[in-house]
Amino acid sequence: MSGTREPVLLERESYRRRRVRDAARFLPFLGVVLVFFPALWTPEAAAEEAAGTAQLAFYVFSVWFALIAMAVILSRQLMRTSPPETGADGGPEAG
Amino acid sequence: MLSFNLLVAVCLSYVAFLFAVAFWADRRAARGQIGWLRSPLVYTLSLSIYCTAWTFYGAVGNAARSGLEFVTIYLGPTLVMIGWWALLRKLVRIGRTQRITSIADLISSRYGKSNLLGVLVTVLAVIGVTPYIALQLQSVTLAFAVFAENSATVGSGLPGFADVKTTALWVAGGLAVFTLIFGTRSLDANERHHGIVIAIAVEAVVKLVALVAVGAFVVWGIAGGTGEIVRMIEASPIAQWEVSGSRWITLTFLSAAAFLTLPRMFQVLVVENAHERHLATASWAFPLYLFALSLFVVPIAVVGLATLPEGANPDMFVLTVPLEHGRNGLAMLSFLGGFSSATSMVIVAALAVATMVSNHVVVPLWLSVRAGGASVSGDVRTLVLRARRVSIGAVLLLGYLYYRVSGGGAALASIGLISFAGVAQVLPAMLGGLFWRGGTRVGAALGVTIGTGVWLYTLFLPSFGVNAAMSVSFLSEGPWGIGWLRPGALFGIHGMDPVVHAVFWSITLNALAYFLGSLVSFPRPLERLQGAEFVNVHRYGTSLRGWSATAAEAEDLLIMAQRILGAEESQALFQSEARRQGKEGFLPDTSPEFIERLERELAGSVGAATAHAMVGQITGDVAVSVEELMRVADETAQIMEYSSQLEAKSAELTRTAGQLREANTKLQQLSVQKDAFLSQISHELRTPMTSIRSFSEILRDGDTLGPEERTKFSSVIHDEAQRLTRLLDGLLDLTVLESGRVTLNLQEMRLSDVIERAVDAARPRMSGLTILREGDDPKIVLRTDADRLAQVFINLIANAGKYCDAPDPQLRVKVRNGAGHVRVDFVDNGAGVPRQAQNVIFEKFSRLSDTRAAGGAGLGLAICREIMARLGGSIVYLPGQGGAAFRVTLPVAQAADAA
Repeated sequence: MSGTREPVLLERESYRRRRVRDAARFLPFLGVVLVFFPALWTPEAAAEEAAGTAQLAFYVFSVWFALIAMAVILSRQLMRTSPPETGADGGPEAG
Repeated sequence: MLSFNLLVAVCLSYVAFLFAVAFWADRRAARGQIGWLRSPLVYTLSLSIYCTAWTFYGAVGNAARSGLEFVTIYLGPTLVMIGWWALLRKLVRIGRTQRITSIADLISSRYGKSNLLGVLVTVLAVIGVTPYIALQLQSVTLAFAVFAENSATVGSGLPGFADVKTTALWVAGGLAVFTLIFGTRSLDANERHHGIVIAIAVEAVVKLVALVAVGAFVVWGIAGGTGEIVRMIEASPIAQWEVSGSRWITLTFLSAAAFLTLPRMFQVLVVENAHERHLATASWAFPLYLFALSLFVVPIAVVGLATLPEGANPDMFVLTVPLEHGRNGLAMLSFLGGFSSATSMVIVAALAVATMVSNHVVVPLWLSVRAGGASVSGDVRTLVLRARRVSIGAVLLLGYLYYRVSGGGAALASIGLISFAGVAQVLPAMLGGLFWRGGTRVGAALGVTIGTGVWLYTLFLPSFGVNAAMSVSFLSEGPWGIGWLRPGALFGIHGMDPVVHAVFWSITLNALAYFLGSLVSFPRPLERLQGAEFVNVHRYGTSLRGWSATAAEAEDLLIMAQRILGAEESQALFQSEARRQGKEGFLPDTSPEFIERLERELAGSVGAATAHAMVGQITGDVAVSVEELMRVADETAQIMEYSSQLEAKSAELTRTAGQLREANTKLQQLSVQKDAFLSQISHELRTPMTSIRSFSEILRDGDTLGPEERTKFSSVIHDEAQRLTRLLDGLLDLTVLESGRVTLNLQEMRLSDVIERAVDAARPRMSGLTILREGDDPKIVLRTDADRLAQVFINLIANAGKYCDAPDPQLRVKVRNGAGHVRVDFVDNGAGVPRQAQNVIFEKFSRLSDTRAAGGAGLGLAICREIMARLGGSIVYLPGQGGAAFRVTLPVAQAADAA
């Protein structure tokens, strides 16, 4: 559908913008991996290693906070480079 | 101790404060001073209705029972929010461009504005939300009960309020009033509920402050610092990590799904969203809110377990821990936090579900009953508002009844997750609709139906308890003893956690049915159009438009729009459209763009399916625009084909015209030639006739003429008569040859004999011409008309004799034998024919100069050409031979060649 030919190489600015968008798309997947990770800790292993609620809580809240921090950075970047209302979107959507 | 009366008083004043805030916000918005009423902060806070009383009180209870499992309920939404760029942004964009009013409207609109899907999702939402509302009522009444109990010990309880059932009724009634007042003021979802949003934002702050305050009190007031609280956690019954992996993953997934599909979440996330930009802030701010909310849950649970007496309800730890330690103010704050959680959730949920019920059930029913159409009679606006009000009341009443019937016991405690699992059945159709153009209405309906069925069967109905909806034997042995259909172990797979089991099977089968149903069915045109608009919402600035064949009456549309949007708004809309079209007044042309715009505006009030149906009633067939579009596309294809045919024909005509022009030119030339011929022939005939007449007159009148003169004149007459005869002979000859009536006397002849005969015959007219013959092969035999051929040769030789201006005229006759033909060249050593004359020498009466036309009529070469054409050969002028040169080409008789 896209009749306009896109240049092979983008300018530095728009290249950066696209990578920020990639990061924004990637972040939830990273979050899923990190969040689901404790599910792999079996209760037996936890008992042996003494990985109790406190440790898990420490892990979960650390990951949580890190994800929030990354979301802050990314949303700032996204807002600065591409205001959403203009509808300037990068690559074609799935379809 | 805190008196119950004081609690009621504080509670009522808090409610009054909320009413005031909501009123103030609505007034402010009505004056157009929206400002920070629609700021990213307010948006983020409004999302906090995700955290209901179930999470406010229940999270601590959950933590006290199963440790950290409660965080999964917050981690799911966190993942959704940080992935806003890919999913929520698209959802919000679609919600805005399509004027989506609810989750049911989204699904219905995506799949071709299908009302069937709207009804399905609405029913699912009602089933899922009703127990949830009951749960909120329960937690509020439980909280009241805690205080009532507490104050009862000091004997100041108020009997009327102590009855928890009555409390629930009061709460439900109060919430209904609040929702009615602020939820149904305006009809258009796009105008948004400023009052409600501000109120729930305030409540969000209260919730957070309350929980953080209790948490801080617990950590620093009771435990004595962070180090102490960690030690207490490690010493507590929940110190060990006992969360099952499957539950961890399932609950995270479920909460993420519910965050997207819960009607109330959709309402605040999409419908109440004022600006996509707000999502960017909410993407981290809302997870941060959840983070702060859950930070103190485990400490509160641990401290509650440690300090409260055995058997205390852990769900009420948030209240009972401060009460136990005599912090009445903190307990009051905590109560208000829980109260806020419950009320904000109930308000928005009731509003969202009521919108769905009125848009997808009541109005379509009313429309179908009134087949006459929306423009005939009745005020739709009033109807929709009334339907919405009644729906709000009905939803709250249902919740209350559910609470009463279920008895408000422990059965309700698990309803939160059950409700999540129910509404999550919309997820496959929703995500598929956003990212996959191939999803169809049939697939979505199948998926939602099957998923809901499995959910009802495996989770919802068993949740009522044994012998409530399903008998003991049904649960343990399956229906009619079919083991693999047991609600708790579908397909004979045992040992799964009930929630994991139900979520796994319902979502898997749902997604599978959606996918397969979409693959095998074929979408209607409107579905495909909507699918393209949804999936490519970022790509299309403006939407694809249908083409409506029937011109709807603008006035009818205005009448209908006034009934839904209100008179002023619709008139403004119509006027602005008319102005955009460059017209005066209120009635614009009913262009497809306008119809679409109007439909969107109406969809903002009554939902896409209903708006489409209503506009369709006026403009004609419901699906007319797209069907027509398809037909037009077919017609266009036909027209294009026809036009290409026309083009081909036109090219052919151009060619023919060119040919005709050529023919015309030729005819004109022929006409000119004919005229020239006639004038030539008259001239040619007149010259000898004139001399014959003059000399014969002299002879007749001249008695004085001597015999010598007489003889001379007679011979002149004779010569001229002969010339005349020759001319007429030639003309006759030419006419016969040209008309093709000549009969050829074909016989086999040696070429050398023919040339010999011609030279002999021409000898009297050669006037000193020397003839040199070359390559004269006697073996060359021709099958031809020898007399005619000789006539050609004689003519050529005579011409050479006549016109060769060399002092010693010579004519070389060269014979060359070729493949299948023989060439005879006649080349003299004269000046030759001038270049410009070479083209015309074969024409009739063409002579190089009249002066030397001794006895010639200018027909000789023309006759030669005709003869050669009859004989199957040709005669051409051969330039560049050093004199006049003619080449005669003759076909050779093959059979005679060997002789």
